[in-house]
Amino acid sequence: MAQNMTADAAHAHDEHHESPVVFGFWLYLMTDCIIFGTLFAVFAVLRDQFAGGPTGHEVFELSGVGIETAILLFSSITYGFGMIAAHENKVSTMRTWLGVTFLLGLGFLFMEIREFSHMIAEGNGPDRSAFLSAFFTLVGTHGLHVTCGLLWMAVLLFQTAGKTELNERMIGKLTCLSLFWHFLDIVWICVFTFVYLMSVI
Amino acid sequence: MLGKLTLSAIPYDVPILVGTFIGAAIAGLAVVGLITYYGKWGYLWREWLTSVDHKRIGVMYIVVALVALFRGFADAIMMRSQLALAYAGNPGYLPPHHYDQIFSAHGTIMIFFMAMAFMQGLMNIVVPLQIGARDVAFPFVNTLSFWMTTISFLLVNVSLFIGEFSQCGWLAYPPLSEQQFSPGVGVDYYIWAVQLSGVGTLLTGVNFFATIVKMRAPGMTYMRMPVFTWTIFCTTVLIMVAFPILTVAMGLLGLDRYLGMHFFTNDGGGNQMLYLSVIWGWGHPEVYILVLPAFGAFSEITQTFSRKPLFGYKTMVYATASIMVLSLVVWVHHFFTMGAGPNVNAFFGIMTMVIAVPTGVKIFNWLFTMYKGRIEFHATMYWVIGFMITFSIGGMTGVMLAIPASDFVLHNSLFVIAHFHNVIIGGVYFGYVAAMNFWFPKAFGFKLNEAWGKRAFWCWFIGFYVAFMPLYVLGFEGMTRRMNHYDNPEWHPWLLIAEVGAVLIACGIVCQLTQLYVSIRDRNLAENRDLTGDPWNARTLEWSTSSPPPFYNFAILPEVHELDAFAHDKEAGIDTRQAGGNYQPIHMPKNTACGFLIGAFSFVLGFGAIWYIWWLAAVGLIGVIATVIARSSDNDVDYYVPVSEVVRIEQEHTHNLMAAQAAE
Repeated sequence: MAQNMTADAAHAHDEHHESPVVFGFWLYLMTDCIIFGTLFAVFAVLRDQFAGGPTGHEVFELSGVGIETAILLFSSITYGFGMIAAHENKVSTMRTWLGVTFLLGLGFLFMEIREFSHMIAEGNGPDRSAFLSAFFTLVGTHGLHVTCGLLWMAVLLFQTAGKTELNERMIGKLTCLSLFWHFLDIVWICVFTFVYLMSVI
Repeated sequence: MLGKLTLSAIPYDVPILVGTFIGAAIAGLAVVGLITYYGKWGYLWREWLTSVDHKRIGVMYIVVALVALFRGFADAIMMRSQLALAYAGNPGYLPPHHYDQIFSAHGTIMIFFMAMAFMQGLMNIVVPLQIGARDVAFPFVNTLSFWMTTISFLLVNVSLFIGEFSQCGWLAYPPLSEQQFSPGVGVDYYIWAVQLSGVGTLLTGVNFFATIVKMRAPGMTYMRMPVFTWTIFCTTVLIMVAFPILTVAMGLLGLDRYLGMHFFTNDGGGNQMLYLSVIWGWGHPEVYILVLPAFGAFSEITQTFSRKPLFGYKTMVYATASIMVLSLVVWVHHFFTMGAGPNVNAFFGIMTMVIAVPTGVKIFNWLFTMYKGRIEFHATMYWVIGFMITFSIGGMTGVMLAIPASDFVLHNSLFVIAHFHNVIIGGVYFGYVAAMNFWFPKAFGFKLNEAWGKRAFWCWFIGFYVAFMPLYVLGFEGMTRRMNHYDNPEWHPWLLIAEVGAVLIACGIVCQLTQLYVSIRDRNLAENRDLTGDPWNARTLEWSTSSPPPFYNFAILPEVHELDAFAHDKEAGIDTRQAGGNYQPIHMPKNTACGFLIGAFSFVLGFGAIWYIWWLAAVGLIGVIATVIARSSDNDVDYYVPVSEVVRIEQEHTHNLMAAQAAE
């Protein structure tokens, strides 16, 4: 710990450049955005290709999806509280909020997996039609991102365990995860609108 | 336990592959033996394989690219020989399923592992030096990128001896590439190799964009950036936009194959044209990702050997940026015959022709740079002039293909093959070789032999025309691409000429190898050594430091007052190095094995998934995640170079500089 602090102090006066980590992570997020954009385009092309299988109207349950949405949006708020605590260097408060966010994320994932397994059990899996392939892939890719986010959150919770102060590198990591988590929220709003709502209307 | 992998997957009954395997095994054992004999394993591991130094990573990229060149060229000359033989009832020596793997591997290797690796190698060696930085923004990510590319290339080569490679062409169009028609592991090898190397390239894009935005030397505004850096800047933007699309394309094809989904299948509502649109949404920007850095290298070389600043720096920058934007709105010209309708085709045809305008601007800028310059006909300049002629011809045939009506006649014919080799060999490859000749002394401290360089050029230049001009004719005569045998007597003489061209190109490659050998042998001769760090009297910052540069590049970060900072300083009598100035401890990243480990585990993941050995794939995936977490928990990632060490290294270079001046 003491060594870290001397290293940080040394960085401060010697480096001309601010740390590019958050900027680099932004760039990565934009590339991720293109992945989702392409998947949305694929969904738009294949959304009417039911191949005799069910339509979105028949398989989607909006009430469950509504709860999922609420959980995920709420988890963005709790992460935000965590970041406020992090900037005030209140490590244990930050960890509590991150823990709450983690549980909410886990709840979201649980509901999504339940939805998927119901659909598959009824014979409406991703191999049923092009529409369902596109649906499972788009929503599943988002779910995979949430899973990675949760793993990352667990690692950060582990790394900050027993710490009384957060160094610059840790703040950088928390900021990146924060960007990632809010980004997934925005993507989910698009999923909710363009995939669920528009299929049911 | 071993999934699909059985002993019958080893092709011991194919003599060509057994011979290749024996050759590769002997070469591999020889390399391993030599390293062991000289006791260099530790050195190799500590100083190269785990290095985060951008210059070393760049050199390793180019080594991979040259190996890929040999592999890709071996495929090429096998194809040309097959077509020279397989005429009028003669089946040739390559049965269709083998021949199809060869042309698929040729395209895949040449684009992803020769050209992409070469380009990333060049940008690694040059860009941080050119912008006056000590390293890239994310040194660890840089080594990770390198290893992802390398293990993907390894995966493609493993397919030679275990199983098979894709038989579906270099872009694996469905429905042929679907499980129904390609049930083997070939397409899976293709998908995993492309997907994993794509991760590496994407990270390179992010890394170098961040480097150029955040780490330029004080005073280097955007319009004072060297042109090569500008072209890399635009290339990284294209990488960040285009490679995620490739990831999706490969991902969806993989889901079709592994989980029975219906994105591109014949049944279940799949749509093959969707694949074409997605893959070319990456594929067209990709060719500009490759050629823009070559344009940058030509610009640097032309101004250096014409002894003049580049003509029209600003128009060069705007032309590069225009090409960057336009390259994103032309992809449909790869499938005009799909039948998207006259309006769509007309739009994409016109946009394609518009790209010729900024490209033409560039050609004129290079010509005017040479005009009234004191041109030195160095070997490097040969490639530049050869490029200008060849690329112009290739560009013009490209405009012919951009006309939808004529594309309907020429689509999938050898005319297309002739066109894109015309621009990729004449533009990309000539550019990279010129760049290698130009920056070689910077990386190694001695020059490449010029006589052999010129011989290599003439073999490649003449060989290219002999090999590919007949293909234009054959395209007009109606010969389609990817054909295994034929019986049209009019085609035969042209294919024989093309075979001669391929042999000439082989001579060119031999000359390049000889050039490397002779240069390394004579590296200590006074006329070959580069003691000053500025062997060409060049204009940009990378030449202001020693050759090879110290691992920290610049003891004191240079101050930039104008475009072509180093040329400005030389004229004004300013010492860019500020030798003997106020040295400070230098903050540097520590080497790490994590990039290598993540690469190795990714290889295991890919191999396991290709053969349906799921426990092995799981081991690979867990290994990747565990290594990332371990790296994230490691706080011992950097260190400071003490002033005494900096002073020692800098004084040595000052001493060399003075000796070189005295010799003059």
